[in-house]
Amino acid sequence: MKQNILRRDLRRNGTLYLILLPVLAFYIIFHYFPMFGVVMAFERFNPTRGFIGSDWVGFKWFEQFFGSYYFSRLLKNTLLLSLKDILIGFPAPIILALLLNELKSRRFKKTIQTISYMPYFISVVVMSKLIIEFFSSTGAVTQLFTLFGMSPTNMLGDNRYFQSIFVGTNLWQYCGFNSIIYLAAISGVDPELYDASIVDGANRWQQTLHVTLPGISTTIIILLIMRLGSLFSVGYEKIILLYSPAVYETADTISSFVYRSGLKEANYSYAAAVNLFNSLMNFILLISFNALSRKLTERSLF
Amino acid sequence: MKYRKTAGGITFTVFNHLIMILFALICLMPIWHTLCASFSMPYDLGRSSGLLLWPAGGFTTEGYALVLNNKSVWTGYLNTIINVSLGTLLGVLLTFIAAYVLSRKNLLFGSVLIFLIMFTMWFDGGLIPRFMVIRGLGMLDTRAALILPTVMSTFNFIIMRTALSEVPDGLVESATIDGAGHLTIMFRIIMPVTKATLAVIALYYAVGIWNSWFPASIYLSKNRALRPLQLVLRDILINADTSSINVPSDAASATDLYRPLVQYTTIVIATAPILAVYPFIQKYFVAGVMLGSIKG
Repeated sequence: MKQNILRRDLRRNGTLYLILLPVLAFYIIFHYFPMFGVVMAFERFNPTRGFIGSDWVGFKWFEQFFGSYYFSRLLKNTLLLSLKDILIGFPAPIILALLLNELKSRRFKKTIQTISYMPYFISVVVMSKLIIEFFSSTGAVTQLFTLFGMSPTNMLGDNRYFQSIFVGTNLWQYCGFNSIIYLAAISGVDPELYDASIVDGANRWQQTLHVTLPGISTTIIILLIMRLGSLFSVGYEKIILLYSPAVYETADTISSFVYRSGLKEANYSYAAAVNLFNSLMNFILLISFNALSRKLTERSLF
Repeated sequence: MKYRKTAGGITFTVFNHLIMILFALICLMPIWHTLCASFSMPYDLGRSSGLLLWPAGGFTTEGYALVLNNKSVWTGYLNTIINVSLGTLLGVLLTFIAAYVLSRKNLLFGSVLIFLIMFTMWFDGGLIPRFMVIRGLGMLDTRAALILPTVMSTFNFIIMRTALSEVPDGLVESATIDGAGHLTIMFRIIMPVTKATLAVIALYYAVGIWNSWFPASIYLSKNRALRPLQLVLRDILINADTSSINVPSDAASATDLYRPLVQYTTIVIATAPILAVYPFIQKYFVAGVMLGSIKG
C-alpha cells in the first residue's frame, strides 16, 4: 500500500524531484554536512581524519568553556551588545517613520527618505574604516566630544566606548532603511480613523498617539519579538574589523571568539563546541519567541 | 493628513523640518567628508583633524592617479563582478526552481522538504564545521568556495514561494492540459508573472555578494588572484596595507604620507558605483522589505 503511494508519487512527480536535485544538493552539502559536522565539538578533531575518524572526547570542550573565565565575559558582551542595539536601534526607525509621516511635502519627504537609505548601502568593510577614522584621536566624532570636555583619545581602543560606538554606528547605518516597514504600516492605517478623530477634536499629537501608533502596533510587536529571538546572534564581521586586544574585555562576543579561537588559533573542536552552544541558545530563543508571537499576535515566522 | 491648525502644530511642523534636515545632514556628512578627503593634498590630509568640509590643502586628483594605477583594486573589481554575475544568476535560478517545485500541491515529500529547508534558518552547524566541510571538499582557494556555499538563501526562497503561491492555479492547469512540461511552465508562464519578485531577490543576492569579504578571507589563503574587491579593501583600509600602491617617491616615509589619501580614495572608488545606482533602484529594496514582512 505504502509502496504504491510512493510509486505513484514518483511516477507523477519524478521530473519535479529531478529538477529540485541541485537545490537539495546545495542544502545537503552546505547546510546538513556542517550540521552533522557539529560532532567535532565532542571530538579531538583532526582534519586529516575527518568528522568520523577523530577521537571522541565527550563533553570535554564544553566543560572547559563553561569553566573558563571567557564564558561569562562572552555571554555578557553578546547579550549586552544585543540588548543595547535593541534599546537604541529598535525605537529609532519607528520615531523616524512617525516624523516622516508628518511631512506634508511629498518631495521633501522622498528626498529625506532617499538620503536616509544611503548608509545602508555602505559595505561593512568601508563602514568599519569610517568608524576607525571618525573615532580616532583626531577624528570628527572624537573632536566633537572634546568640545564637551573629553580628552582626545582613540575611542575605539577604549573599553568605556566600544559598545556605544558599535551600537551608535549601527543606528546611523540602519535607522533609515528600517523605517521603510513602519512607513508602509502607517500608510495602511484606515484614513477614516483620522477623519473620525478630527470630528472628535483630536490634534496631531493625539492622532499619532491614538490612531497611528495603535494602527502599527502589530507590526511593532512582531518585529520586536523577532528581534528578541535573535538576541544570541551578534554578527562577528563588524566586530572583528573593529576590535583589538585592548578592548576584548567589552568587544569580544561568542561569535568573534569562535572565529579567533577556531580559525586563527586552530582550536577547531573547542571553537566548534562554543559555536554549538551559541547555535543551541539561538535555536531555543528563536522557537520560544516565535511561539510567543503566535500567542500574542496570531502571527509567526513559521 | 488632515488636522486642526494650532500654534503648537505650526511650531511642531517647523521643528520637524529642522530635525529632518539635521538627520539628513548626519547621514550625508561622513560621505561628504570622505569625498573631500579623497581630493585632498596628502600632507595636509595627514595633519588634518575633525570633519572636512572641503579638500584639505587644496583640490588635487593625485590620490585617484595612484589608486587607479593599482592593479589589486582592478583585479578585485573584476573578481567581484564575476562573482556577482555568476552568484546572482545561479542564486535566482535555484531559488526559482525550489519555489516552483515546492509550491506544487500534490507532492508527497513537499512538506518534509520545506521543513528541512526552513530548519536551516533556525539551526546552523556553524563557522568551524562549515569551514571543515569546504576544506574537505577541496574547495579552498577556488572561486566555487566564494559562490556555492551561500548561493541560495532560505529567506529569498520564502519570498519567492509566497510570490508563486499567488499565481492562479488555473494558469498552470490550463498549460498542463495543453501539454506543456514543467520547464515550459516555469520559464514561459510563471517567470513572466513573477518577474517583479525575481528582480527583488536578484538585487538581494547581488548586494550580498558585492559586500561579501569574510568567506574570501578564510577560504582564499593562497590564491590571491581571486580576491574580491571587499577583501582588497579590508587589506588597504583596515590592515593599513598600502604596499600595493606605488607612491611617487622613494623616501621611506612616503608610504605613510600617502596612506590616508590612498585609503579615502579607495573608499570612493569602491563605493561610488553603488551609491550612484541605489536611488534609482530603491523601489525594489522597498518592495523587498514588504515581501519579506509577509508571513513566511
